[in-house]
Amino acid sequence: MRPTLPRLVNILVPVKRSIDYAVKIRVASDGKGVDTTVKHSMNPFDEIAVEEAIRQREKNGKLVKSITALSIGPPKAVDTIRTALAMGADAGIHITVPESSVVEPIAVANAIKKIIDRSEGENKFDLVILGKQAIDDDSGSTGGMLAGLLGWGQGTFASKVAIADGGKVEVTREIDGGLEIVEGKLPLIVTTDLRLNEPRYASLPNIMKAKKKKIETLKPEDLGLDFTPRFETISVSEPAKRQGGGKVESVDELVAKLKDAGVL
Amino acid sequence: MLSKCKAAVRAPQRAVQCVRQTPIAISSIPHRASLAPYHLGHRHTSSLPPRSPELTTLTPKHIAQLRTLLPHPSSVISTLDDSAAPDDLIPFNRDWMGKYEGRSGVVVRPISTEEVSKVIKWCAENGVGVVPQGGNTGLVGGSTPIHDELILSLSSLTRIRSFDPLSGILIAESGLILEQIDTFLSKQSPSFIFPLDLGAKGSCQIGGNVATNAGGLRLLRYGSLRGSVLGLEVVLPDGKIWDGLSGLRKDNTGYDLKQLFIGSEGSIGIITAISILCPRRPTTHNVALFSLPSYEACLSVFAETKTHLGEILSAFEMFDRTSYEAVKKHGGARRVFEEGNEGEFYCLVETGGSNAEHDSEKLTRLFESLISSSSILDGVLAQDTTQSASLWQIRELCPESLSKAGKAYKYDLSVPVEKMYSLVEKMRERLRDVGMLRDDGSGKVKSVAGFGHMGDGNLHLNVVATEFSDEVQSAIEPFVYELVAQNNGSISAEHGLGSMKAPYISYSQSSTSIELMRRIKKMFDPKGIMNPYKFIT
Repeated sequence: MRPTLPRLVNILVPVKRSIDYAVKIRVASDGKGVDTTVKHSMNPFDEIAVEEAIRQREKNGKLVKSITALSIGPPKAVDTIRTALAMGADAGIHITVPESSVVEPIAVANAIKKIIDRSEGENKFDLVILGKQAIDDDSGSTGGMLAGLLGWGQGTFASKVAIADGGKVEVTREIDGGLEIVEGKLPLIVTTDLRLNEPRYASLPNIMKAKKKKIETLKPEDLGLDFTPRFETISVSEPAKRQGGGKVESVDELVAKLKDAGVL
Repeated sequence: MLSKCKAAVRAPQRAVQCVRQTPIAISSIPHRASLAPYHLGHRHTSSLPPRSPELTTLTPKHIAQLRTLLPHPSSVISTLDDSAAPDDLIPFNRDWMGKYEGRSGVVVRPISTEEVSKVIKWCAENGVGVVPQGGNTGLVGGSTPIHDELILSLSSLTRIRSFDPLSGILIAESGLILEQIDTFLSKQSPSFIFPLDLGAKGSCQIGGNVATNAGGLRLLRYGSLRGSVLGLEVVLPDGKIWDGLSGLRKDNTGYDLKQLFIGSEGSIGIITAISILCPRRPTTHNVALFSLPSYEACLSVFAETKTHLGEILSAFEMFDRTSYEAVKKHGGARRVFEEGNEGEFYCLVETGGSNAEHDSEKLTRLFESLISSSSILDGVLAQDTTQSASLWQIRELCPESLSKAGKAYKYDLSVPVEKMYSLVEKMRERLRDVGMLRDDGSGKVKSVAGFGHMGDGNLHLNVVATEFSDEVQSAIEPFVYELVAQNNGSISAEHGLGSMKAPYISYSQSSTSIELMRRIKKMFDPKGIMNPYKFIT
């Protein structure tokens, strides 16, 4: 175990480039995935994670030393990192993979672990804040797997996070019928839920500043990682189309139709 | 995906917020009490033009005749033959603001151009006044009857007749809802866009849009309907059908008759179908919002934006602090800028292009220039579609939020862009002078706000009063119209004349123009049955 606080916290925020949440998803022509030639943005839950890291620093400037955004994705994932930097993260790490390659949650968790393991000294990451799930695959398992791989504690589906002196972290979780408050000690994994915060807009001066912030680019091989998927997608299909309703002109017609349908 | 649904709670989409009460479904009127009773409206019976003795008063016998013309059982709704209760006609007799209300006893809803023609022919023969009605989302009382005119609703003319994906020419019927047709176009492959967009898109109808020459949010990019409409099908005041549904972009043979009907507000004919040129839908979008210290800064940012963004600029909208505060208070919008960076003015800039890198390069250069010239206090750039929608929502919620802040007198004015905001300042000055606008908020006027389409020199001036009253109205009118005339502006940039502004046309048009318009009206409609008491009187 590493020595406990007082020591400044380094926050790592993994962010995923996913299809923009407002885009209507269409199944790709090969039936093995979805059409990815549409607008992409940062996964909304990861946006909340970035916001939370920044708020922790704003709330408690003395506690947080650095915020690093990490993304595993195709070359364009660098835009997602820039968004995090424009919001207020300090630096970025980009693990590049070819366009359209699938990286499974276990591979993502392994990659994050590598990044944490290689950090050291006063730059050692001791808090990972990440979205509870990505809206594209809805796996929702990276956070938990990462906690297992690292042997760290985890506060999942957080709706409130409070870091106290001495490395204690209080995480409020929304559960059926109420709130559950769990307390853990750094190092820790926190996964974010929708009501944790409302992410800020990226301001123009910060967007310009973000262009000058450092992004380290790595290949999976550089970290000794193998992203070969363990699963094969057999088919992706659209939900059954809803039958359209009809309009009736009179009560008599309605009654007749209901009789036809055997309801009356 | 559940998570997507949940995320929607955080930032509702832009379109959802703009849906106005549609008059089509009678059941859509939520509760009687929520509609302002007529006597509270700011139009008083005393100011209405008297009922014309030339026009026939309808009787049950007339309704029976109409029923033989339109055999479909729900095509005629009338209180005169007890097929409807008076409440059933309220959504047609009253406008969405609750400001104008007629007392018509019959609504007819033809299902084809031929049926419209039959009804109008019958009206002409019987001397019956007609009010054509689309989505009834107008702002100047043009789509509701003044007295007991027959209401002709175009809501059942909803066919898309053709769409050519090569030329982008769409031929569609008048009763189609703007949002529906835009969705239809967006689903084409490649994707197209309707060259008009406005806040009421969820309930306004394209026939009404053309009949009132609606302006809206895309005008800066795609120009006015006068340019994009290629042809019309119109039922003339004698019932004859004029098929002018040209699919030609160029046609220099004689007078351009369609132009007479665009913006004619149902005074010389009823538009039943339109042929319109639709552009390709841009594939990349960016939305930025700036906070600015003064109107002068808005002007310089506007100039810089045009320089840097060029052809990808698709909207440049402005709203003042009063409007923004109203949206935050009554529209539920969250804070965009830190308190210290909130300025007196806000400008929303939208780009639409076809290449994200190209757009981003242009935007970066604009931002660099704006930051180095310090003409803005702060600015934000939406990072995803949800944020774009939230920023647009602030601008789109301005009219509604100001209406919630009190009783809003709304003026839609066109003046040279550099003088645009001075109208708001002069109005404030005037209302302060007469003691209605007071710093302690105790006056009859709570606030004066301005927002609008800066790219088009179009200001929406809102005077928020505690009550609609003759006293407040006479403090504003005709002062506001005189002010506009002094600045060589128009008293109605995009809302039209209707019944509200018909008496004030002389502030924007010369006596020669008005005389020509009267002659055109007389020539088309010698019996004066088309949308009577409004427009040109």
